[in-house]
Amino acid sequence: MENEFQPIIVGFLCNWCSYRAADLAGTARVHYAPTMRPIRVMCTARVEPEFVLKALREGADGVLIAGCHPGECHYVEGNIKALRRFTLLKAMLRQFGVEEERVQLVWAAASEGKQLAEAVDRMTEQLRALGPLRWRQRVLGEQPVARHALEVEVGG
Amino acid sequence: MAKPTFAMYWAASCGGCEISLLNVGELILDVDAAFDVVFWPCVADFKYQDVEGYPDGFIDLCLFNGAIRNSENEELAHLLRRKSKTLVAFGSCAYEGCAPGLANLTTNAATMRTVYTDSLTTDETRGNLPQPVSQVPEGEISIPVLYETVRSLDQVVPVDYIIPGCPPEARQIAAVLRAVLNGMPLPAPGGTIIGAGNVALCEECPLAKNVKQITRFYRPYEIVPDPGICLLEQGLVCMGPATRSGCGALCPQVGMRCEGCYGPLDGQDQGARMLAAVASVVAAGGSHLDEHAQAREIAAVMDTLVDPAGTFYRFSLAHSLLRRARVADSSA
Repeated sequence: MENEFQPIIVGFLCNWCSYRAADLAGTARVHYAPTMRPIRVMCTARVEPEFVLKALREGADGVLIAGCHPGECHYVEGNIKALRRFTLLKAMLRQFGVEEERVQLVWAAASEGKQLAEAVDRMTEQLRALGPLRWRQRVLGEQPVARHALEVEVGG
Repeated sequence: MAKPTFAMYWAASCGGCEISLLNVGELILDVDAAFDVVFWPCVADFKYQDVEGYPDGFIDLCLFNGAIRNSENEELAHLLRRKSKTLVAFGSCAYEGCAPGLANLTTNAATMRTVYTDSLTTDETRGNLPQPVSQVPEGEISIPVLYETVRSLDQVVPVDYIIPGCPPEARQIAAVLRAVLNGMPLPAPGGTIIGAGNVALCEECPLAKNVKQITRFYRPYEIVPDPGICLLEQGLVCMGPATRSGCGALCPQVGMRCEGCYGPLDGQDQGARMLAAVASVVAAGGSHLDEHAQAREIAAVMDTLVDPAGTFYRFSLAHSLLRRARVADSSA
């Protein structure tokens, strides 16, 4: 399976739950697709729509935002604010021709390492089916510098 | 001593920028007295050939309005950059694509179909598409090539200054012209924004702002807003929070939502910022609901916001993070 398309997922993980879930998945040696580049944020509400658009433009094939279940937010309702933004962002991205599966919001508590791993696996399969995004190269007609840089960074 | 030279050009634009320049009133006489007009298709008969004949850097001040939509626009952008000492992206089209840039949400084929085939007002010429090359008695003539993606001026050539606005406000233009006429130093060039503020429009908008709790959005024709109260609070998608100040908040004061023509603040993506601002003030998905009900209620409110991309990026799409939509047949 050497030539199988390995999507790049930029993951914005909430410090209080999903980042710990990822940590737990690691310590529990859960096997899942090595496609997510995790970025720790203090809350899913910290994820500006700009972060998502920039990730997509700079070479990500998908963006995963993961935070606490509703009612369990460390900042009371940051995750609900994130859900509001995400709902509108999804509607807007549809107009930009970005498939729904490419930007996802999931809830994963600190104890749900396995669930987070499953979410990454599921998204990886969905992105494989959709194929690469390569915004700069395929939509803007530029050279694929950004993606190459990403691959070197992670693969190195 | 020879007078400094002045040029103004329109690429993909509507002509409103020239009108706004004339709106400076009597100051235009001082401009005329101080400058030699060497190229200005809107008011004087100069040919492209004349410009080609000028030495490089011959034009002291060139105001370029309009986006880069076709090969003629691009050619003139390169030509005027070469011939101008100071090149100004004048108005929203040159700065960030403006309304022509909205074509980036679709394809040329679809745009052509709408204009020449599906339009209700097209009658006997229905289906007559412009031909790239035509035979006429005098020989063969061709029209410029329409590009699939609309670009701003600074995506084609380096610009020295940017004067935002659709169109730029006359008093802002006047302030810049006075500075130039009086030989006052301008800020360092390099795509620098002049003739505008650097805070959000809400800062200069006098409407009363209270707590925002939006339960549904309205398009401007659907409601008559209460005077004196923030339009965003009333459910109109007023772009004030994501838009650069400088116009004096003219539209909101007469009950029309800000459409965002002065573009984003420094380093921001206008649409993304507006999306974040709008989503934060939606009052839906309270904690008394379960997860699914929350998601449903939020989705129902967001559904009342028609055309988010066209609303948030009405002026800045070509200059935004994504720049254009991905369409099935566009690999370039």
